[in-house]
Amino acid sequence: MADERTAEIAVSGAEDRAFGLAEPAGIGLLWAIALGALGTAWFFPLHLALAADILILALFALSLDLVLGFAGIVSLGHAAFFGTGAYVAGLLALAGWREPLSGLLAAGVVAGLLGLVASFLLLRGRDLSRLMVTLGLGMMLHEAANKAAWLTGGADGLQGIRIDPIAGLFAFDLFGRTAFFYSLSVTLLAVALLVRLATSPFGLALRAIRANALRARLLGIDVERHLVIAHGLGAGLAGIAGGLLAQTTQFVSLDVLAFQRSAEVLLVLLLGGAGNLWGAVVGAVVFKLAHETLASITVHYWTFWLGAMLVVLVLFASDGMTGLARQLAHRMRRRAGARRAPGS
Amino acid sequence: MSVAEELALEGVIAGYDEARVLFGADLSLAAGETVVLLGRNGAGKTTLIETIVGCTRLFAGSVRLGGREIGGLPPEARAKAGLGWVPQERNVFRSLTVEENLLAVARPGPWTPARALALFPRLRERRGHLGWQLSGGEQQMLAIARALVTNPRVLLLDEPLEGLAPVIVEELLAALARLTREEGTSVLLAEQRARLVLPLASRAVVLDRGRIVHDGPAEALATHPQRLAALLAPPAEGPRGDASASIFSSGSSD
Repeated sequence: MADERTAEIAVSGAEDRAFGLAEPAGIGLLWAIALGALGTAWFFPLHLALAADILILALFALSLDLVLGFAGIVSLGHAAFFGTGAYVAGLLALAGWREPLSGLLAAGVVAGLLGLVASFLLLRGRDLSRLMVTLGLGMMLHEAANKAAWLTGGADGLQGIRIDPIAGLFAFDLFGRTAFFYSLSVTLLAVALLVRLATSPFGLALRAIRANALRARLLGIDVERHLVIAHGLGAGLAGIAGGLLAQTTQFVSLDVLAFQRSAEVLLVLLLGGAGNLWGAVVGAVVFKLAHETLASITVHYWTFWLGAMLVVLVLFASDGMTGLARQLAHRMRRRAGARRAPGS
Repeated sequence: MSVAEELALEGVIAGYDEARVLFGADLSLAAGETVVLLGRNGAGKTTLIETIVGCTRLFAGSVRLGGREIGGLPPEARAKAGLGWVPQERNVFRSLTVEENLLAVARPGPWTPARALALFPRLRERRGHLGWQLSGGEQQMLAIARALVTNPRVLLLDEPLEGLAPVIVEELLAALARLTREEGTSVLLAEQRARLVLPLASRAVVLDRGRIVHDGPAEALATHPQRLAALLAPPAEGPRGDASASIFSSGSSD
C-alpha cells in the first residue's frame, strides 16, 4: 500500500508485529474460497461456467466492499468501473492484444484511473449526494457506450473477442474449465491483497474513517487521501472483474454498464454483509445460487422471491448473512458460558 | 517565546459562530510540563482546548505549537503538527478492537501501541475487544492510549475523570502520574475535580467566565484549599453573567 505510515509503523518494533497485522479470518476466507471452488470442480464439473460467474461476481462485490464496507462511500454506479474494465479488455482483444493477463491488468488500470478521477467528485458531498454522483456517472457512461456504437458495438455489444491461452498453455474451452480456474486464481490473488490491505494501518484507518470521520480527522488521519486511494483501488478491482467477465465469456454487452448491475452488486454485498470481505463472497454465492434455483422454479417471478429473502434478512439481520452468523455465534458462546457458570 | 515552550496562547478570543466564549486567554506550556486547567462548569475549559485543536472560531490572538503558529490551520493539520486530544466524549472507534483503534492512528515515534497499552494493564487484557464492548473507564483509557500513539508534542485531556467509578479514577490517575512524571509528556489537563489532579501538575490555571483568573504553581492551590475554593466558587450576581450566558450574546466583545 502506498502509505508511508504502513512501512514506518511496520518496523516500529518487534513487539508491535503481533498487533493485529495477521488476520486469521482473512486467511480462513482464502481457504474457504479455494476449497469451495475445488469442491465444485470435483463434484459439479458441468457447472464450472456458473462457478466462474459466481467468482467474478464475488470479485466485483469485494471491490464494492472496499469502497462501501471499508471506506463508507455509498455508490449506485459501481458498474461504471466494472463496465469500463470489460470494454477495455474486450477492445484490446479485438485490436489484436489477446494476451489475457496484460489485458486484465490494463482493464484494472484504466478503471482505477477513472475511479481516482471520480473520487474527487465524491469527496465534496455526503451519502445522498454521493449516491446521486455515482448514479449519474454510471448513467453517463452507459449512454456514452450506447451512442459510441462505432467503438463499443452499441446495444449489440462487442462480439468476436478471442483470447490467447493463459501463459500460452491453457486455452479457453467450451466447458469453462480454464475460465473457472483463471477466475479462481485472480479472485484468490485479489482476496489475498484485500486481506493484507484490510489489516494494514491503511485499512484500519479506512474503518476508523467509516466509524467516525471527524474523530479520525482530529487524530491526524488524512481522510480525503484515504478515500481517494480506496475508491481508486476499488474501481481498479471492479475493472479487473469486468475484464475477467469479458475475457471468460468473450463477449461484452452494454449491460455491463447498466444501473441494474450496480444495484445487483450492492444487493449482493448487503445480502452477505459489508465490511468484512466474507460478506461479498457469501453474498455472491447465495445470490447466484438463489437466482439459478428460483429461476428454474419460476422463470418470471424469481426476483420477487429474491426480494422477499432480502426483506426478511434485513428485518432479522441488518448486517447481512455474515452479521447473522456472528450474532448466532455470539449467542451460542454466551449460552455456553452461562451453562458453565453455575457449576464453576 | 522561551526555548522550551511547547504550546503558547496569546490574547485568544474564541467561540462558536458569532458567540464569544474566551476573552483574551494567555497560556503557555513548557516541554515536559503538566498544567491543569480548572474552572466550574461553563467556565470555558472545553472551549479553550477546542480552540487549541481548531474546533472553534478564533476571533483574535495566536496559538503556537513548538514556536509555529497553528491558529490558522485546520484541525487535522494541527493533529499532525503534534496535538493529541482526548475529548470529553472519548469517541473511540466502536467497531474496531482496542489494538485496531491504536494501529489505525499510530504514527512513528516513541509511543508504540505496545508501550501505550503497557500504561493501561486493564486495557491490554482487552486488546481484542471491540470499542463498544468496553466500559466507560476502559474507553477513556483507550482514548488516552490512542492519542499517545499519535506521538504528540502536547497531550490535551478534557475532563478525563468525569463520570468514572472511583476505582477507575484511581487507575487513571496512576497512569497519568506515570505519564507526567516518568515519561515527561507535556500535558494540558482540564478537570473539575481539582484536588485529584493538582498533585499531578506543576502549574494550575483557573478559568472563570472565559477569562484566566489565576496562573501559578499547582502546589500553592493544593496546599491552600480556601484559596482554591474561592477561585472555583460560583460567581456573585453581576452585570457580566457567566460564560454560558455569553455564548448567547452574539458578537459580544470584552
